[in-house]
Amino acid sequence: MKRIYTLEDVCIGCHLCEVACITEHSASKDPIKAFLHEPLRSISRCTVEEWDGGVVSLSTTCRHCDEPACLQACISGAIQKNDNGVVRIDTEQCVGCWSCVMACPYGAVQRNLVKKKANKCDLCPDRETPACVDACPNRALVYKEGSQK
Amino acid sequence: MNYVIIGNSVAAVGAIRGIRNIDQKGNITVISREKHAAYGRPLISYLLGGLVTEKRMGYLPDDFYEKHRVNLLLGSEAVGVDSGKKVVRLSSGDSIPFDKLLIATGGDPFVPPIEGIAGKEKVFTFTTWDDAAKLKGIAYDIERVVVIGGGLIGLKAAEGLHLLGKKITIVELADRILSAAFDRPAGRVVAKKMKANGIDVITEDTVVRVEGEGAAITGVTLKSGDFIPCDTVIVAIGVRPAASFLKGSKVVVNRGIVVDDRMETTVKGIFAAGDVVEARDFFSGEKNPMPIWPDAYIQGDIAGARMAGGKKTYSGGLAMNSIELFKVPTISMGITNPVKPEEYEILTYQDLENYHYRKIILQGNLLAGAVLVGAVDRAGIFAGLIREKIDVTTFKDQLLATDFGFIHLTREIRDALFAPNGKAA
Repeated sequence: MKRIYTLEDVCIGCHLCEVACITEHSASKDPIKAFLHEPLRSISRCTVEEWDGGVVSLSTTCRHCDEPACLQACISGAIQKNDNGVVRIDTEQCVGCWSCVMACPYGAVQRNLVKKKANKCDLCPDRETPACVDACPNRALVYKEGSQK
Repeated sequence: MNYVIIGNSVAAVGAIRGIRNIDQKGNITVISREKHAAYGRPLISYLLGGLVTEKRMGYLPDDFYEKHRVNLLLGSEAVGVDSGKKVVRLSSGDSIPFDKLLIATGGDPFVPPIEGIAGKEKVFTFTTWDDAAKLKGIAYDIERVVVIGGGLIGLKAAEGLHLLGKKITIVELADRILSAAFDRPAGRVVAKKMKANGIDVITEDTVVRVEGEGAAITGVTLKSGDFIPCDTVIVAIGVRPAASFLKGSKVVVNRGIVVDDRMETTVKGIFAAGDVVEARDFFSGEKNPMPIWPDAYIQGDIAGARMAGGKKTYSGGLAMNSIELFKVPTISMGITNPVKPEEYEILTYQDLENYHYRKIILQGNLLAGAVLVGAVDRAGIFAGLIREKIDVTTFKDQLLATDFGFIHLTREIRDALFAPNGKAA
């Protein structure tokens, strides 16, 4: 399956992947409305980490594991892996117990505290290429066929 | 090939998927004494408290059993296993033949013979959907509840009943609630929050007598002599492996069904997984019951793979709990409370006023455990460091930081996890 990979050397720590992710998962899909006017602002499914004042940075996101630890830990069955290998959370079914947050070794499941639901990368089902990848100005995110590791 | 699975919770589901990953053809029969298809068992407290509806209790997509071609026998209880003839005997008198058998029956709540408890009407345990439904059904007739046991089951029952507006007292024998998962400060933080919400928590004491004439309860008397008025008692002291039906089967049961790293019991062809087993502990290598949800899934998956001829091996049980009580999230994992603290290095950060606590337990250069209260985000990174036995020397100073992440690890690890083909392009 296609996964998102990170080229750390060319990441400039601009966080545009996070902006794009929040926008894509908003009601309006418009960045200004998503950030300023939507009462339940969505949260980013990718996490930009920085170190040494931003000298080192990279965007981390879900690996859509072959054997997802989040799925194994999920107590409500909200997390399922579909036939294409994409690991998704059904937020209606999620009870916000954070078992997936506890289990994911990639730190790739986020807590949406406003909605009290877990969030994770869904590889943008409405798009051909995930929003974060399209948004990256330096092509530090790559969407291509590959294995989990 | 006839695969038979006794039990129908998370370990069974892991096994069904594990079998079908390898063997699309064999017959799978699942025997469950409950009347429900697999459900989110830990959700019963949410159901009791009205946070989820019955519709949300189902754990699996609607087409799961059909898609995995499972013959599901609900409301059927296994009463015996003949390992020589390879049949499971049911209470109905039927026998189900098997080539490979998985026992995933979980635990049965343990009710000690407390004086006065026999014959009382409103005494409950809290481990099944039906238990929650029963409590919910008579909720109008409950005012004050004593919960015996401050472990996970007791706290979840208390939380559910509290949401229904009941007055709760938890009585715990140990010096803190959740003693299995928490250390003292974490137990205190949560107890403080519960007390602030009107739940009484009594530690280092226990119920010695249930009071009341006939079937009605008027209260309980504690070992300390205190009397607590109540009309309902929840017994949540612990569970025992639901393995009594294995008598005479030659399957060895200790504190759980003894299994090896293939999840095979002492009888070839008979496997066991989940709360009913004692399997190898990740750290000590000794066999321990590890009654936690994710571990049950992992064990079931391995058992299923092995039953179908696959090669998966158990890497050892790692305790892990994510518990949110009264909006204080907590995640703990691994060794949280070392018996010999001198063999470990312990790092802590405390801000108890704000219900914030962080503890990291190191053994040499390896992470052995973590307790996070309040800021629990990305806790799984710690689970990964424990499981993969990553040397923490270079980033030890960052472990307590709430923004701890991969950026603090080595470039090599980051590339292996996130870069294309495991290396920088």
